[in-house]
Amino acid sequence: MKTTYMNPYLAGVLLGLVLLMAFFFSGRGLGASGAVKSTVVTMVSTIAPEHAANSPFYSKYIGEGKSPMKSWLVFEIMGVLIGGFLSGALAGRLKLKIEHFPGISANRRLIFAMIGGILFGFGSQLGRGCASGSALTGMAVLSLSGFISMATMFGTAFALAYFFRKNWI
Amino acid sequence: MGPLIPQEIIGQDWNLFIAFIVGIGFGFILEQAGFSSSRKLAGVFYGYDTVVLKVFFGAAVTAMLGLLFFSLFGWIDLNLVYVNPTFLGSAIVGGIVMGIGFIAGGFCPGVSFSAIAIGKIDAMVFLGGIFIGIFMFAEAYPLLESFYMSGNLGALKLSDALGISGGLLAFLVIIAALAMFWIGDLAEKKFPREEY
Repeated sequence: MKTTYMNPYLAGVLLGLVLLMAFFFSGRGLGASGAVKSTVVTMVSTIAPEHAANSPFYSKYIGEGKSPMKSWLVFEIMGVLIGGFLSGALAGRLKLKIEHFPGISANRRLIFAMIGGILFGFGSQLGRGCASGSALTGMAVLSLSGFISMATMFGTAFALAYFFRKNWI
Repeated sequence: MGPLIPQEIIGQDWNLFIAFIVGIGFGFILEQAGFSSSRKLAGVFYGYDTVVLKVFFGAAVTAMLGLLFFSLFGWIDLNLVYVNPTFLGSAIVGGIVMGIGFIAGGFCPGVSFSAIAIGKIDAMVFLGGIFIGIFMFAEAYPLLESFYMSGNLGALKLSDALGISGGLLAFLVIIAALAMFWIGDLAEKKFPREEY
């Protein structure tokens, strides 16, 4: 079954306009990992409030008058889920499935997805943002950090592509 | 005039609503472009599908030019637009760790949400991994803090670091993007793949 996607150049321009809208209204760009961070902070401070209060990491986001879930990125990501769902529904792509290269098993795909997620989560905190927050938004505001994120992220993935080829081709 | 909310032209109460609307556009376009498929995303690293390159650089160039023109027309005060600060060591190592995560997992956090929205189980597992990774960083933070804060250059722009104007840098990025689009098209012809 063949599914059709939007022309990539058109999608790029439209995505750029969405990013520009975020700058124009809110004075800030897109992001994703920050929403997960807010959720982790909320979970830890609910389950182990004392541990969170004593930690130099969690304590930055909690305390008097701060509620980590009432953040820009948390609301943005709720929108992403709805927008993605609408697009998938319109294009007939809504389907529960594990997508993987036929040459590998579904389990192998899930193990690597888990490893990749862990590394991306850890790296996004170290690098102060992920592909959308640091690299894309950063480049749009000409931030040095954005260009470094983009170059190191894509550069590393290209450099290691050979070693991971059996997962993809 | 802009940015509207930091200047209180629109009330602060609207900020989260704007975030939600922006998110809908973001998620819709990511899914429309095919970013909900890890096999399409990983294609850029093997040459058979370079949609990531085209959408990513297309968006970066569009927003970059938009900001420069808005600023020129007096529509936005760039001093009020957030510029993420540069901490050299952690930016480089963080980017490398994310690069390994990208080629292993086939997603980045933003696109994984658009993939989850259409039912990709591999994306849900990837998101579970992000939770674990952030939790690990948070717990290890006391050990990592000095490295995390090292090489602080502040909210430095690449154009200022190079001593050129923002416009010239944007022009160079456009040339680089066009060259990459061209290489991307060549790669797709050279490494074609049926149905994936």
